[in-house]
Amino acid sequence: MLDDVAIRIRQNIGIVTAVLLFSILYLLYNLAHPKGFSSAVLVQNGDEIFALAMLAMAQTVPVLASGLDLSVGAVMTMVGCFASYLLTGAAGGTALHLDIFGLHLGLGTFPGGVSGILLGIVICLAIGALAGFVNGCVVVYGRIQPIIATLATGAVYIGIALFLRPTPGGKIDEDLNWALTNSLGDFAATVHIFDDGAAPWFAPVAWIPVPFVLLVLIALLVWVPFRRSVLGRAVYAVGSAEGAAYMSGLPIERAKIAAFTLAGFFAGCGGLFLAIQTSSGNADIPQAGAYTLNSIASVVIGGTSLLGGTGSAIGSIFGAMVLRVISFFFRIFDIAPLLQPLFEGLILLAAVSIGALGVLRVKNTLELFR
Amino acid sequence: MSSASLSLSRDDRPILIAALFILVILVAGTIYTFARFGSAPLLSPTYLLQQLQIGAFLGIVAAGMMMVILIAQIDLSVPWTLAAAAMMATSIGGPLAIPVGLGVGLLVGLVNGIGVAYLRVPSMIFTLGVNAVMRGLMVAHTGGYAPQTGATDLMRMLAGDRTLGIPNALFVWIAVSVLVTIVLQRTTLGRYVYAIGNKEAAAYLAGVDTRRITVICFVLCGLAAALAGVLLAGYSTKAYQGMGDAYLLPSIAAVVIGGTNILGGRGRYLGTLIGVVLIVLLNSVLSIMDMPEAGRQVIYGLVIIFMLLVYGRGERVTS
Repeated sequence: MLDDVAIRIRQNIGIVTAVLLFSILYLLYNLAHPKGFSSAVLVQNGDEIFALAMLAMAQTVPVLASGLDLSVGAVMTMVGCFASYLLTGAAGGTALHLDIFGLHLGLGTFPGGVSGILLGIVICLAIGALAGFVNGCVVVYGRIQPIIATLATGAVYIGIALFLRPTPGGKIDEDLNWALTNSLGDFAATVHIFDDGAAPWFAPVAWIPVPFVLLVLIALLVWVPFRRSVLGRAVYAVGSAEGAAYMSGLPIERAKIAAFTLAGFFAGCGGLFLAIQTSSGNADIPQAGAYTLNSIASVVIGGTSLLGGTGSAIGSIFGAMVLRVISFFFRIFDIAPLLQPLFEGLILLAAVSIGALGVLRVKNTLELFR
Repeated sequence: MSSASLSLSRDDRPILIAALFILVILVAGTIYTFARFGSAPLLSPTYLLQQLQIGAFLGIVAAGMMMVILIAQIDLSVPWTLAAAAMMATSIGGPLAIPVGLGVGLLVGLVNGIGVAYLRVPSMIFTLGVNAVMRGLMVAHTGGYAPQTGATDLMRMLAGDRTLGIPNALFVWIAVSVLVTIVLQRTTLGRYVYAIGNKEAAAYLAGVDTRRITVICFVLCGLAAALAGVLLAGYSTKAYQGMGDAYLLPSIAAVVIGGTNILGGRGRYLGTLIGVVLIVLLNSVLSIMDMPEAGRQVIYGLVIIFMLLVYGRGERVTS
């Protein structure tokens, strides 16, 4: 029994390290914070973590299949821009129109109210998944290297986002914003369930931030079933030995397309939340790039190998949280804002270098060149 | 000999197609300007030279990037290596400006190379971290504002002036190109670079000090980025925040459009040269057309995909 645990820990050393690192850092953060261990701090942190955590999950899936998705930030931005049109929640609905090549095309009215918002959310997530599906098709049927294919499709998605929102703007329903970016109690009060969140049995969980609940739900309802499906296992197999996976009769093409589609879906979730959180759509190219790069960093910190085949999206969530908590520290320890980027970089470098120190113990140099 | 020329033709095909595509861009752009303005600026040597002058900065960055891509790595630290070199060069000033700028590039390349070659951290993540550190150092150095110091006269002369009607920046680009071509085709270092890109373990077993070569490639890439930064600061008379951001992805795209395999080991420098010209011309045609940024991004992405679909397709996995 103990041996079993030891083996499992050794197999998942990356994710265990990430979880431990996060736990220690977050404990220290809460101890040092004047309002530590309060729901307010948790809620604020949850809001700041969610989008990056989703992008880290998104990046994980193609990385597991030994691909890389440089378009996750672009998909996030594009979905956010769509959301700023579809989630206004205006009572009479929103009139949509398309101005292209000097033409003014009416697209009818998008419904408002609760049903409209729900429909808008579904459409936004579908757009994210579709963008990922297109990535997968370009990679699989175009036989173009993922890193360069997604670099190109990312430019296209950013272009679409810029077309939708040349300047930041749009609007998101205030109730939706309030319900999703606060604690469960506020959520219940906004959507009028559990006696507006005042039910006695509900009180013990009312402090939990909604973003954390969403994160857990998405991980449990989307990632875990995928991980256990044939396609999910095929993704891991493709990442560790594509030729062997092919010879074993695994559906490698479908696995790759599924990996990128899932990445698009996760990135879409991130974009949707970011739009809801900021109540606007913003085709911010530097932000998209920063999110993409941070998603790669999160994946590595979360214990997933960039070579593919080992790791998990759960680890990446913790990787993203570690990255974010580090920036939280700057706020409480009064580190000059000008020095923050330097510290972020140094910590990232230190983290990956310490993780790599194992190479110094390798006896056969040839083992390095895998 | 015949097998050599056959393998050459496999590498030549992308270059030929990319060159043809440049012609298509020129013709389409000229038809557009002729129909709309009744003139053909794209065919005037003055305009083309001016575009190539701007393209020289991208060309130099791409030359360095190619060295790194050929050994199956990537350098994401280019944006802030470029900016840091420019900022340090302008703030030092005087005759030492250019050596100090290049020194920054050398140092960054050395750090990148050691991290990737000896610590075996994937270059994708290590150079990303180095980029963040360089950004942090520069933000701390400049206080986050645009540096007030200006470029030295030599920097301005190299980047902005013309000799015999030809921009000096173009000469620098040509010099870098000749150097890279000689290194890749005529030196053992070049042979090793291709060997490592194809199979590092095999190169190691063949007696190549693959880690030293990897460091050299990263140093060359850092130097190229720094040179581009110094020149760019000379061209715009000063350094500014984020001046390198517009060079990372286009330089990778130029290398790949030129037929260099992103997985390393294959590609010719001539292709990178053509790739840079293609991207520069595409950009200038799009700006003549008054294309909004949204359309530019979409077209940019579609062109990369299209070019790779024509000749960059990998082989099907069958075993």
